[in-house]
Amino acid sequence: MRDTFVATTTDILDEDPRTALVIADISGDAFAPVIRRHPDRAFNVGIREQLMAGVGGGLALTGMRPFLHSYAPFLVDRAYEQIKLDFGHQDTGAVLVSIGASYDAAAEGYTHQSPGDVALLDTLDGWTVHVPGHRDEVPELLRAAARHDGRVYVRLSVQENRRAYTNGSVLKREGGPLVVAVGPMLDPVLEAVQGLGVTVFYVNTPRPLDADNLNALINDEIVVVEPYLAGTSAKVVSDALRGRPHRALHLGPGSAEVRRYGSWRDHARTQGLDPAGLRHSITEFLGT
Amino acid sequence: MNALSAPTSPLHSLLSRITGDAKHAPSAHSTLDVLWVLYDRVLRITPGTVDEPDRDRFLLSKGHGPAAYYAVLAAKGFIPEEWLDSLGSWESPLGHHPDRMLIPGVEVGTGSLGHGLGLAVGTALGLRAQGFDRARTFVLVGDAELDEGSNHEAIAYAAAIALPLTTVVIDNQSSTYGWPGGIPHRFPGWSADVVDGRDHDQIERALRHRTGRPHLVVATVESKRG
Repeated sequence: MRDTFVATTTDILDEDPRTALVIADISGDAFAPVIRRHPDRAFNVGIREQLMAGVGGGLALTGMRPFLHSYAPFLVDRAYEQIKLDFGHQDTGAVLVSIGASYDAAAEGYTHQSPGDVALLDTLDGWTVHVPGHRDEVPELLRAAARHDGRVYVRLSVQENRRAYTNGSVLKREGGPLVVAVGPMLDPVLEAVQGLGVTVFYVNTPRPLDADNLNALINDEIVVVEPYLAGTSAKVVSDALRGRPHRALHLGPGSAEVRRYGSWRDHARTQGLDPAGLRHSITEFLGT
Repeated sequence: MNALSAPTSPLHSLLSRITGDAKHAPSAHSTLDVLWVLYDRVLRITPGTVDEPDRDRFLLSKGHGPAAYYAVLAAKGFIPEEWLDSLGSWESPLGHHPDRMLIPGVEVGTGSLGHGLGLAVGTALGLRAQGFDRARTFVLVGDAELDEGSNHEAIAYAAAIALPLTTVVIDNQSSTYGWPGGIPHRFPGWSADVVDGRDHDQIERALRHRTGRPHLVVATVESKRG
């Protein structure tokens, strides 16, 4: 996904003179050619994430469309107040593109992980959040984001499904409980619910959440499986289903730090987000 | 010298409408003379050109205590003078920190310290990228605001890329620990002028100074302390 992001963003910068790029050393080598080609609007500000957000905000104030990029904890967590004030409060936008996701950088440790990025953005108004589940979903999301002025967050991951799907795909329709799988959680979810009479709904754009489809697909039970902090979507799901009796289960990584290294697969297993763990949680919830 | 903050000045009467203060209170209006010189002599911006893409940009980073800013905007016709009478009220577009979405001519909403300089760097880059070569970018920060580390990211980067923008630091010695060696030492790679922050001709010369790299103007005014 990261390579696709670099290639697509490079093309967008070559094609659209309104677009700009601001990075803070992360992916500097990959973006070096486009920064050389467009020194007037593609910038590496060094390891300065607050400035990256401020520069993006300033570019947007002059009418340009900035793309910003770093590891999720540096892009979102570290510069949170800049994101809040330098975009939303100024009524401007940008395209923020992160790598690292929740525990992609397992061997790097907790310093390079951000399970809470989407929850942080949920405290702010008007952010569209894309969580692609496959690299082939990335280019169109980025190209669409380049064409307007809104606030967009694209959360890239090394975890991928076997193939790409469009946002809002229904992959299994057997009535019964509705299982919502966000981005790269789809494949583990599909494996986990084999043989269970459920409906599986795929989402790569969880903000805004597709409330109409949730209401159309749900009976009385909903399971949401997200690759970021468990329960991040609890409020928006509750709002979407307001006034409608339902039982809900929200699965995702916990906020407790897992003080181990390894791979993202080790962390997924520990967090109960591998197929076996998901199946256990879902069947227990459904009482099946 | 000047008489902007003297009780006989028309600008002072506008200020008094905001503050209710009929007396001379220079320390509360540390930015007054710099703002007046900017809007009266330097900036290429009028109430009719607030949306022109190639206008000069002035970003008030030190969004605290904007009474002097509002008085200047009213004096120059960007906002009605009547707005000054209800500062901070439910009905008023003027708050204790300015909001760009509510006030014509205001480029950024500020108040939380340490945002303006980064935004100014991006603004200067955006203007240059779009070929608005006449458009200049100015940002005003307080000497205590320099304590915010975000400024230092912007100071270092602007120097590294020789970005032409002008930062005005109002020095009324309000920083908790001060800046040993003087404020210009905190701006390596920048050109600098240190001026009497009440002397309009000195301020104007420093603001008009174009050096092909980032430029610092330290406007020294009465100490906040003592």
